[in-house]
Amino acid sequence: MFISAEALRRNFAEVKAGMRPKEAIEESNRCLYCYDAPCIQACPTGINIPSFIKKIATGNLTGSARTIMDANPVGASCARVCPTEELCEGACVLNHSSKPIRIGDLQRYATDWAIKNEQRLFAAGARIGRSVAVVGGGPAGLSAARELARFGFDVTVFEARAQAGGLNTYGIVSFRLPQPISLWEVEQIRGLGVDIRTNTAVGRDVTAEELLNGYDAVLLAAGMSKVPMLGIPGEELEGVYDAIELVEGTKISLSPELGGRHVAVIGAGNTAIDAATCAVRMGAVHVEICYRRTQQEMTAYEFEYEFAKSDGVAFRWLTAPQRIIGDENGRVKAIECIRMKLEPSPDGGRARPVPVPGSEFVIEANAVVKAIGQKRHVQLIDQFGLAHSRGIVSVDPATYQTSNPRIYAAGDIIFGDGQGEAMVVSAAQQGKLAAYAIYKQLAAAGVSNP
Amino acid sequence: MADLRINLAGIESPNPFWLASAPPTNTGYQVQRAFEAGWGGAVWKTLGDPIINTSSRFAAVHYNGQRVAGFNNIELITDRPLEVNLKEIAETKKRFPDRALVASLMVEPKREKWHEIVKKVEAVGVDGLELNFGCPHGMAERGMGSASGQQPDLVEKQTYWAKEAARTPVIVKLTPNITDITATAAAAVKGCADAISLINTINSLAGVDLDSWNTIPHVGGKGSHGGYCGPAVKPIALNMVAECARNARIDVPISGIGGISDWRDAVEFMLMGATGVQVCTAVMHHGFRIIEDMLDGLNTYLDRKGIARVGELTGRSVERYTEWGNLDLNYAVTARIDTETCISCNKCYIACEDTAHQCIDRLTDAEGRSYLKVREEDCVGCNLCAIVCPVEGAIEMVEQPSALGSMTWNERQAAIASLKRKEA
Repeated sequence: MFISAEALRRNFAEVKAGMRPKEAIEESNRCLYCYDAPCIQACPTGINIPSFIKKIATGNLTGSARTIMDANPVGASCARVCPTEELCEGACVLNHSSKPIRIGDLQRYATDWAIKNEQRLFAAGARIGRSVAVVGGGPAGLSAARELARFGFDVTVFEARAQAGGLNTYGIVSFRLPQPISLWEVEQIRGLGVDIRTNTAVGRDVTAEELLNGYDAVLLAAGMSKVPMLGIPGEELEGVYDAIELVEGTKISLSPELGGRHVAVIGAGNTAIDAATCAVRMGAVHVEICYRRTQQEMTAYEFEYEFAKSDGVAFRWLTAPQRIIGDENGRVKAIECIRMKLEPSPDGGRARPVPVPGSEFVIEANAVVKAIGQKRHVQLIDQFGLAHSRGIVSVDPATYQTSNPRIYAAGDIIFGDGQGEAMVVSAAQQGKLAAYAIYKQLAAAGVSNP
Repeated sequence: MADLRINLAGIESPNPFWLASAPPTNTGYQVQRAFEAGWGGAVWKTLGDPIINTSSRFAAVHYNGQRVAGFNNIELITDRPLEVNLKEIAETKKRFPDRALVASLMVEPKREKWHEIVKKVEAVGVDGLELNFGCPHGMAERGMGSASGQQPDLVEKQTYWAKEAARTPVIVKLTPNITDITATAAAAVKGCADAISLINTINSLAGVDLDSWNTIPHVGGKGSHGGYCGPAVKPIALNMVAECARNARIDVPISGIGGISDWRDAVEFMLMGATGVQVCTAVMHHGFRIIEDMLDGLNTYLDRKGIARVGELTGRSVERYTEWGNLDLNYAVTARIDTETCISCNKCYIACEDTAHQCIDRLTDAEGRSYLKVREEDCVGCNLCAIVCPVEGAIEMVEQPSALGSMTWNERQAAIASLKRKEA
């Protein structure tokens, strides 16, 4: 089935409109301006929310954007991608008496204004004669780079892709986060004199050793990698996609590749939802998500789930793929699944899915998208010789120092095993904290008087 | 259904809501539309020698996203010929004989001028006259409006001149731009006024434009002070009405004016001594149709209170308004926070901590939840916490029993004086 370039463009345009000025004024005036506000506590980056909202109300939009971006260097992206009802808006005291302030929308209003009016919000600090190499230009790396530049460090960011911004630039669907927003954040940081070297991968274009020799400290913030193998027959067939790559592809150029197809998405996390809604918008005729547990256990946020449903995505619970079936040309034509049932976990954790013998069935699908999590950058971690647990870099939670005290780590590369949170806003905060730790460490070594 | 009819110094109207002399009563078309909507009376826009009005006349003060907390105008009296106004007044009265139609007048402070206009206006059948001694801008420079209204002797004299010629009741409209409004109110009474109306607008500059640095409003780059009215002036007006109402020298009915926007405001003015009220800014903001809720709300209120006639409200709170020296120094209230209703915004805490008496503690309960508690022994009962609290009913000011009897400042001073006399 054909889908026009115009329809594709429209399908991938941002879904939600920004607040209109009157809406923003009304909403900002509704904020109670709480003292010691719980929304601030609920924000992983601790944005002074009542303050930035007050500034919208008084017409000080530059100040408002600065308050936001000061606490969160990727605050424009977070305005769109944060699960606000679980964070700031969930903590709003007005939940108890009327309805919460639309903090995310107001944050977007202020930062959109700053983007539109080409505001430069921060300046670099006086040079202190120390340097830091940041590996990875995603939320954690950029956040750290911004803070380090403000402290006066010479900062170089090594980014493997063509653009910095990481997940915000490549991993979040355009109809929720248009790429220019993330790239504006990158430019803000580049404007502080941070040297962002794109298309530069550690291990390919530069070695770990070179970084350790050339810089006073290294921050590893490379995030996570591709989707792992399902470990079932047929994965090599044409028409099997990696969800991360699928979404990334739509951020680079829109293709009608899935037009007219029946798409099965394996997994029910936020990436699975992103891939499923992308598929719908690429013109797929039918998109269903197969998940081996139930709605209760899925990791996608509630609003993501609702969004997918409103996009017409179907959900098959307790369904696990057994093998992908190809046609004579080596193309996917169906996927064989088996029904699962949940059994209590012996250690009291999440319920375990167990196959129901003899319950195999076949779903017609000519595209399969894998979204069962992400692989780890084990190779990269090994190049730096760092201690890790299955690809999760071990850090001192107070200093973000790895097993090599000159190397720090933040963001998704340290997420997992109960360490950290897989949110953009948490990565941004970790980047900040790692930057403060580096500053403290190097200042203790006499950096203030180089 | 209560009886809403009022009689203000002989001027009868089916309800206490009149339109004040202002832009809404500029023409017969407008006043008739207002009467159709249900307004009980109207004071026609001030008649006098026609003037020229400026273009760009009004401005408003908006507050936290709400439009028109206060309103400012530099419009003068009518700019239409007297004959046109008189013709329309006659038509309006003929169409609505049961409504109170009052003519507002402003002429030079000369006896013959007053006689002349009073006769002309009464000839077309108005129910009463209102002397405009209040307009604070434009006319004052010509020795009229508030220029004469700020001088008690001129108020008395001009009232008397008008009364000499008048056969209908004369209401004197007072300016608030004066230190003690009871001085001019008393002067009006001495001049044989049948009633007083207050307040006229307060001298004001609505604002300055942050980009152009022009005044708001400006007329070709220049501004001039205007008259302030609307919700923001209500407390000022209410005080002035109450001060007149409780002053024994001022023994005439009062028509209350100043920021009255709904039936509740009207009830307050009546409780503080007004027989009826006049409204302007609220209709300029929303149109004449607001009369519907004013009547309905007032009726419902009177029924709920078991009051048969609206006139029974007039002056009922006046005796409770007194000098500070008569307040009981031993009376005490303290704040109490209902933790069930409290939403923990901490507005009361920071207001008390920074600007009052530091008597609200932030505590943590057994489950680790924070809550607020008033240290009653340190609370002076200032009300600030209850004022800033955004949730109705979360903070209550609770009356504290006093071991001591009532003692006012005046009684205390008298007691001290008598002790001193005994010592001597």
